[in-house]
Amino acid sequence: MKRWLVTLLVLFSAQAWAVIDAYEFKDEETRARFHQLTEELRCPKCQNQNLADSNSPIATDLRGEVYRMLDEGEDDSAIVDFMVARYGEFVLYRPRVNVDTYLLWYGPFALLAIGFVVVIVMTRRKKRQQATQDTDTLNDNERQQLNSLLDQDADK
Amino acid sequence: MRRLILFVPLAIFFVLGIFLYQGLQIDPTKLPSALIDKPMPKFELTSLYDEQTLLTEADLKGKPALLNVWATWCPSCKQEHAQLNKIKEEGYVIYGINYKDERGKAKEWLRRYLDPYAANVFDEKGALGLDLGVYGAPETYVLDANGVIRYKHVGVVDEKVWPQLRNLLQELAANGGGAQ
Repeated sequence: MKRWLVTLLVLFSAQAWAVIDAYEFKDEETRARFHQLTEELRCPKCQNQNLADSNSPIATDLRGEVYRMLDEGEDDSAIVDFMVARYGEFVLYRPRVNVDTYLLWYGPFALLAIGFVVVIVMTRRKKRQQATQDTDTLNDNERQQLNSLLDQDADK
Repeated sequence: MRRLILFVPLAIFFVLGIFLYQGLQIDPTKLPSALIDKPMPKFELTSLYDEQTLLTEADLKGKPALLNVWATWCPSCKQEHAQLNKIKEEGYVIYGINYKDERGKAKEWLRRYLDPYAANVFDEKGALGLDLGVYGAPETYVLDANGVIRYKHVGVVDEKVWPQLRNLLQELAANGGGAQ
């Protein structure tokens, strides 16, 4: 039983999917940056995989480029710029914030705000209706009528 | 007024419907090239035919031309090769980039299937391919006379694709394709 569990866990662990390359890193920090970058860059050929997961030759090449640039001491933004200059914004799994992507980044917040406004307007309207109903009292004539009706009922 | 508000969800439905319907027609595997209207990246690589001859981006200037990325390991390249030969017969210039291939095999291929290329860059490591944003052969670029990339087609150039590319080449030639 236990063995089965372990096998299952190994099969479905995220790391098991990742492609293993023999890269030697200067330090742990570079290794972490390599993993971060290859996970956030998308493979242009196999479009629903990132560079880390993909087995395609182009992904292998691009991982090599990421490794080379890290090794040369480039910072993350330079590496991302390098990829975008060649393959376009498409390769970014986390799109940049610019005029084209404002809707993407801020759209959900705008919708949420609209939702709040609608809820507030509706509750206010309802409250006002209740308030007018509360103050809507009967005049003397009507009250007498009501009382007589209630009295009739009480007789029975 | 109240009545009209009831139609708002319907209107939203239609707008979304049109938007999503258009999405169905788009081929998600087609990426817009990041290099459109940018000059050809700089390179210095040997000619496929001769190890001693160096080719650079300047060798691709002069006339509007196609730049075809190909390799002998790529089955679709064989598929489009006959069309490339026809294009050459029509009098258009095609340059080739032999992408991550072996020189001997590539030369043998051209001997066997005819050679439509005016020049062939031997990009063994795929370095030029990387600078061009190539992500799979075959890919075909349209260059103007100044060596500026005007269009990129990913996949086989067949008799359906060629007329579009030809129109573009003719247009570029008519506009002077940039000064000669």
